[in-house]
Amino acid sequence: MPDVAVIGFAQAPNVRETPGTTNGVEMLVPLLAEAYQQTGLSKRDIGFWCSGSSDYVAGRAFSFIAAVDALGAFPPIHESHVEMDAAWAFYEAWLKIRMGEVDTALVYGFGKSSAGQLRRVLALQLDPYFTAPLWPDSISIAALQARCGLDAGLWSEKDLAEVAARSRADAAGNPFAQFSGSAGVAELLDTPMVADPLRRHDIAPVTDGAAVVVLAAEDRARDLVERPAVITGIEHRVDSPELGGRDLTRSPSTAAAGRAAGAEGVEVAELHAPFTHQELILRRELGLGAGVRINPSGGVLTGNPMFAAGLARIGEAAKRILAGTARRTLAHATSGPALQQNLVAVLERRD
Amino acid sequence: MNIGFDYTRSVGPVLGRFVNGLAARRIEGVRGSDGRVHVPPVEYDPHTAEALTEFVEVGDEGTVQSWTWMAEPLDGQPLTRAFAWALIRLDGADTAMLHAVDVPGPERMRTGMRVKVRWADETVGHIRDIAYFRPVETEDADDGPTSPPPPVAEREEGAPVGVVITPVHLKYRHSASPEESRYLRGLAQGKLLGQRCPVCHKVYLPPRGACPTDGVPTTDEVELPDTGIITTFCVVNVPFLGQRIKPPYVTAYILIDGADIAFLHLILGCDAADVRMGMRVRASWRPREEWTTSLENIAHFEPTGKPDAPYESFAHHL
Repeated sequence: MPDVAVIGFAQAPNVRETPGTTNGVEMLVPLLAEAYQQTGLSKRDIGFWCSGSSDYVAGRAFSFIAAVDALGAFPPIHESHVEMDAAWAFYEAWLKIRMGEVDTALVYGFGKSSAGQLRRVLALQLDPYFTAPLWPDSISIAALQARCGLDAGLWSEKDLAEVAARSRADAAGNPFAQFSGSAGVAELLDTPMVADPLRRHDIAPVTDGAAVVVLAAEDRARDLVERPAVITGIEHRVDSPELGGRDLTRSPSTAAAGRAAGAEGVEVAELHAPFTHQELILRRELGLGAGVRINPSGGVLTGNPMFAAGLARIGEAAKRILAGTARRTLAHATSGPALQQNLVAVLERRD
Repeated sequence: MNIGFDYTRSVGPVLGRFVNGLAARRIEGVRGSDGRVHVPPVEYDPHTAEALTEFVEVGDEGTVQSWTWMAEPLDGQPLTRAFAWALIRLDGADTAMLHAVDVPGPERMRTGMRVKVRWADETVGHIRDIAYFRPVETEDADDGPTSPPPPVAEREEGAPVGVVITPVHLKYRHSASPEESRYLRGLAQGKLLGQRCPVCHKVYLPPRGACPTDGVPTTDEVELPDTGIITTFCVVNVPFLGQRIKPPYVTAYILIDGADIAFLHLILGCDAADVRMGMRVRASWRPREEWTTSLENIAHFEPTGKPDAPYESFAHHL
């Protein structure tokens, strides 16, 4: 089975609201052009296409079908879709190449979160019998998780603010970030609660955006780019949907995925943590020590396009290998409430 | 745009036992393979995937495991005044239940506090039969009537609940693309405006965000006539929810002269049995004063009486 590498990554600016449609076409057309330009491939060279998006975010049925226009899908193409973050579409594309069915694939994710009331829409990810009918919003669910860790002494509000401050400072170097800043920890702790114990800086902003990643079998990848980011491990796992039956301060699915993917020894980790305390959970579960550079892009606390943000973490982790600034990086993506589902990919430069 | 749908779900033997218990103001969990009692119950053990069948009645008082403050409640939540969300472990249970706690402010909440169920005035067999929780020390507080019971599927008087209904209502703001906007403004002036793909030169009506062959935005505006042909059609004989015309009637794909893509519209002005593939039709516009930015400005299409288009001329549009 061939190894698979990331050879291209493009993302739309992370913005509070785009004027475009919920089918993502306007955001995707320029990103696809950029991905072709990076890899020297054209639409005819792509063996498999896969996307991640959500009808609930778009507010219309089969919303991913309209996005296919951006690909130029006639004559018919080999295409698939997941109703999850596009990191899971990436996993499907990785499998297609591993199985030898194709040797290139293009993965994209998009979401216009601003079209609806996102934190209410996300309540519909919850158990539909006893939890979703109460409409607990995604921020409240995360706040319950954050307090569990505060009460257990696993983190303090200051720890959370430190995550936010570092993310904002790093985002200054990322032209795609929704916002950045140099606020100090004390200043952040002086702001009011949004969902006690979470403050504004603890919560990823509502963001519209899209991302595209191009994959190729390793041999093909070497012909196309100088330093392909070879995927040496990728795994996704899920925890029970029973929120009140889990220890919310832990994420066993992340730990299991990290072990299977080979998380040790990475220099950089791009973690998909839409809330500050979730970064702390992920770092612990992945065994990431003080020497690992976390979210140099600023992470999703500075721009969280639903259904594209996890894929963008893979893109950001790959970008450092493609650019020659790192040799071994980790990407993490999450989907569902309170870190329920988690994917870990480890990328490496091979000489 | 407001989108609503009443999801109906059958509850099965385990979840069904729980909701029917709620109707009787009784809370039952299920014992897992490790001996832990899950409340609300789960059908299968989260660790072994074993089917769970041993029911255990638990108390209606419990302990707050975690909480947060909902200062401005959202549509559909248990209380319309500010309240706390909490994970509550009921006495006798080993897992926590998510629900609302009614207290005046966040300063009244703390992890470890004792709370008790406030039952809905009318219980129907739904999670909302628990209206909310309140601190045990305010057990006898008079806080007014609870909100009306949620809808539960119709059932025989006295029969157990087998189905629960969850209404889902969401609001969205949809924006039209630049191409669609020009098309919609054209309709308000009685014009059919298509857009041409700069690569393959095909004309799309309505225009699209990108040409499905070339993946580039359509650009050049093309004004099209209101005549065309029927490429294919369907005689609707079946009544359905939301139907606006009495069956039988004909819906057809209409290919406007000069366009390369057909759209769906209504055919009137002839017997349904006379509608044919290739039939030439013309738009029947509503009175000018009723025009809006909508294809509804065209009430329907009707036959022109001119000779049919030969099959070969539209076969590639099918």
